[in-house]
Amino acid sequence: MKCKRCRDKGEVVLRHHNAAFCRPCFILFFQRQVQRTIEKHQMFTTAEEVLVAVSGGKDSLALWDVLLELGYRAAGVHLALGIGEYSRVSTAKTEAFAARRNLRLLTVVLEEEAAAVPTLAQFTNRPACAACGTAKRHHFDRVAYESGFPVLATGHNLDDEAARLMANVMRWQVHHLAKQHPVLQPVHTRFVRKVKPLFRISEYETAVYAFFRGIDYVIDECPNSVGATQLAYKDALNRLEAAMPGTKLTFVQEFLRAGQPAFAAEAEGPPQSCARCGMPAYASLCAYCRLVNEVERRREQAGRRLASGGH
Amino acid sequence: MRITLLPQHTHIEIEGRKRVADVLRHLGLLPGTVMVIRGDGLVTDDEFVEADEAIEIRNVISGG
Repeated sequence: MKCKRCRDKGEVVLRHHNAAFCRPCFILFFQRQVQRTIEKHQMFTTAEEVLVAVSGGKDSLALWDVLLELGYRAAGVHLALGIGEYSRVSTAKTEAFAARRNLRLLTVVLEEEAAAVPTLAQFTNRPACAACGTAKRHHFDRVAYESGFPVLATGHNLDDEAARLMANVMRWQVHHLAKQHPVLQPVHTRFVRKVKPLFRISEYETAVYAFFRGIDYVIDECPNSVGATQLAYKDALNRLEAAMPGTKLTFVQEFLRAGQPAFAAEAEGPPQSCARCGMPAYASLCAYCRLVNEVERRREQAGRRLASGGH
Repeated sequence: MRITLLPQHTHIEIEGRKRVADVLRHLGLLPGTVMVIRGDGLVTDDEFVEADEAIEIRNVISGG
């Protein structure tokens, strides 16, 4: 197939856009799509420095790259999760990306803050992904606020948003549907604006962009993602997409236009402040502090049992 | 052709010259869920891979 823009040989085919692109034209197309998304949804301006949550994966590094290419000022925040070799590689690739471009990178080492993800999961009997998500949201929000950034950007792509929407609809999670939006304005003094500039871009396009831009990202999957329900939803959506190109984009865009406003009334009221850390909370303690408290309590119990010779 | 699958880090051999779309179908892979890489470039579904070539099929769908 020929490139839609320059008629040279196409190197990537985008069925949902009914187009093929050569490498340079695809890069331009991708960048323009992101620019259009940022402007249409008034995510941020060039006057604001954006904090990008970066994991070392293709989406977050592609996001950081494209924001810089579009002329935005962007620093990164990385959470070292402590999930063995996977996290070591993730941190190394994130640091290498930042160093190569002389970018500001703020790193939080979870083990130094409270406990690494495996420990959080072990001492709370919760799935590792739940503990990981709670820790990530807490520290990204905290660092954005404490470092004075007006906006936090994450690399959630169209596949992520469509899968999340499908999960919320399948279980009619109306509170979640009320706040599923690519721009979340702060509802607490310690929240900053949260945006998803890639939300209209498919995971395939993000991967191709990262590949074409020569971004060295983590290819291996997190070991805790085996059997993740999100993968089941993504697989179902990709089967629909293969049969009807454009399904994912229509699903998300039409939800935002026609569906999401209907759920707005289901949104929870504004959060209070956590009694321990001051971050937003829907109880006396925020979800992260409750998690940490539980780990500390169970560690103490385990320590006492060991000391008394028990198991 | 020799195929490297990532992130599985496995290798398989398929006989003969085949269109990329047919290779993906043979492996049960959906288009738009993998990049097919030959050398330092991507190969589109309508292109052929020769019997003596090596390609990488890299999954792009992440679990979180």
